[in-house]
Amino acid sequence: MDIGGADLIRAASFIGAGLAMGLGAIGPGIGEGFVGGKACEAIGRNPDEAGLLTRTMLVAQAVSESTGIYALVVALLLIFVV
Amino acid sequence: MDVIFTVKTGQLLGAGLAMGLGAIGAALGEGMTGGYANVSISRRTEMSSPFTRNMLVAQAVAETSAIFALMVAVLLLFSDMSGRGVCAGAAAIGAGIAMGLGAFGSGIGAGYSGGEAILGVSRQPESASQMTTTMLVGQAVCQTPAIFSLVIAFMLMFKDYSGVNAWPYSGCLIGAGIAMGFGAIGSGWGGGQAGGSACRGYARQPKLRGPIVTLMLVGQAVSQTPAIFALLVSIMLMTIGPTEGNLLVTMAFLGAGCSIGLGAVGSGMGNGVTAEAACDALSKESSLSKSIMTFMLVGQAIGQTPVIFAMVVSLLLMFGNYDQAANLPYAMALVSAGLCIGLGAIGSGYGNGITSAEACDALAVRPEKSPAVMTFMLVGQAVGQTPVIFALMVSFMLMLGNYDQAATLPAAMAILAAGIAMGFGAIGPGIGNGITAGGACTAFAMHPEHSSLYMRTMLIAQAVAQSTAIYALVIAFVLMFVV
Repeated sequence: MDIGGADLIRAASFIGAGLAMGLGAIGPGIGEGFVGGKACEAIGRNPDEAGLLTRTMLVAQAVSESTGIYALVVALLLIFVV
Repeated sequence: MDVIFTVKTGQLLGAGLAMGLGAIGAALGEGMTGGYANVSISRRTEMSSPFTRNMLVAQAVAETSAIFALMVAVLLLFSDMSGRGVCAGAAAIGAGIAMGLGAFGSGIGAGYSGGEAILGVSRQPESASQMTTTMLVGQAVCQTPAIFSLVIAFMLMFKDYSGVNAWPYSGCLIGAGIAMGFGAIGSGWGGGQAGGSACRGYARQPKLRGPIVTLMLVGQAVSQTPAIFALLVSIMLMTIGPTEGNLLVTMAFLGAGCSIGLGAVGSGMGNGVTAEAACDALSKESSLSKSIMTFMLVGQAIGQTPVIFAMVVSLLLMFGNYDQAANLPYAMALVSAGLCIGLGAIGSGYGNGITSAEACDALAVRPEKSPAVMTFMLVGQAVGQTPVIFALMVSFMLMLGNYDQAATLPAAMAILAAGIAMGFGAIGPGIGNGITAGGACTAFAMHPEHSSLYMRTMLIAQAVAQSTAIYALVIAFVLMFVV
């Protein structure tokens, strides 16, 4: 197998993409789950405000999702652009 | 390279790994014991000397796993293994990984149990001698994974490999070390959580010592299962590992070790937190011993699913047919399949454990609603299983793919990266889903009349947390099928 410089760059960008998406998904996954758990508990304490609490939960999860989306974008860039 | 140099290099690397990694867990655990001892002394200054004595006993037990690691490191440093064939180098690295990582969980677990025991005596000074016994029983069980690791390390170090080619058997030996080393972490840590809460529970309800210790031992025994799977695979890798074969065989057996080793971490930890919550629940509501035991066992059984997936992939990798000519993409796919399910099982295994722990708490608050609590637990755990199922799917696709295309380095690395992306990507959503379902159980215990509201919120939150696992799945598919 001939390995040129271009092959090494391609190979490194794929590994980078895998690491970016894989590691990048850990934080948002745990963080969003934590928000969801606390939202359930909060609704348990104050069921009348369920609408408000669900909205707050979704906003917080959307913010926490952003880092996962950064990871996705960087992974796609590494695969298709670099 | 000269055989002597290869083997000596392996021995030195192995010694470093054994002692470096092996020092972490015991030190952390002893720190916890010491911390709780100080809290206890500040509560009851007059008992400072018995607390100090208890602390030293507990720390001595937690130290055991680090002493095992020291023993293996010294043996690797000063014994001459070069007469045992070229594979002895890989065996030495495997022994170092097995003992170094294997000491981690047991050290932390034993230290945590010890700390809780001292804190317990500060609440119930008259229970001191029985508390020490309870603590030692709990600590002894959570030492088991470290002892498994020591056995594997000795088997690797003292076997004679003369006449065996370096590859693929070296891959089997390093795989055996990875399997046992990682495989011991979760069970050791989890056993300690159960041991600690048994001491806490005994301090709360001294009359219930018998039932609490029984529940602890059952919980710890189930938490040991992942380490036992890892031990089995580790021994299989050493005994049935082939001495002839190409790169495919090497990578398949290495992948089998990674799969069960990493896959055992989450389930072992998850089972431990479930047993911990069950012991706490029993000390709050002693009349519920039967239903608490049922909840704990059901929760632990479901929390075992991810490690069983990993075990299945390990077995498939070991018993696959690798007669064809080696090509790099297929070799990478085999190790990638192992990494994918191994890493992917961590999150769901631990997350499922958190859910069943909160369900045990909820049961103690609302015993009359136990079927509804069980429903929340099971629905939450089923959704929490999604990330590991994604990982299992990708693992199977990697193993069964068709790789006879012209081997190029980028193609091979894309295949490896697919497994890494999906494996790591499943960790966070798995844990997050577990925390959300746990929160729903807690909410139900507070106000059971709004159960449909909690169910809805739980499912929405879990769906959102699932999205990152789906991104990882998409990236894995792109890496496997598009590039």
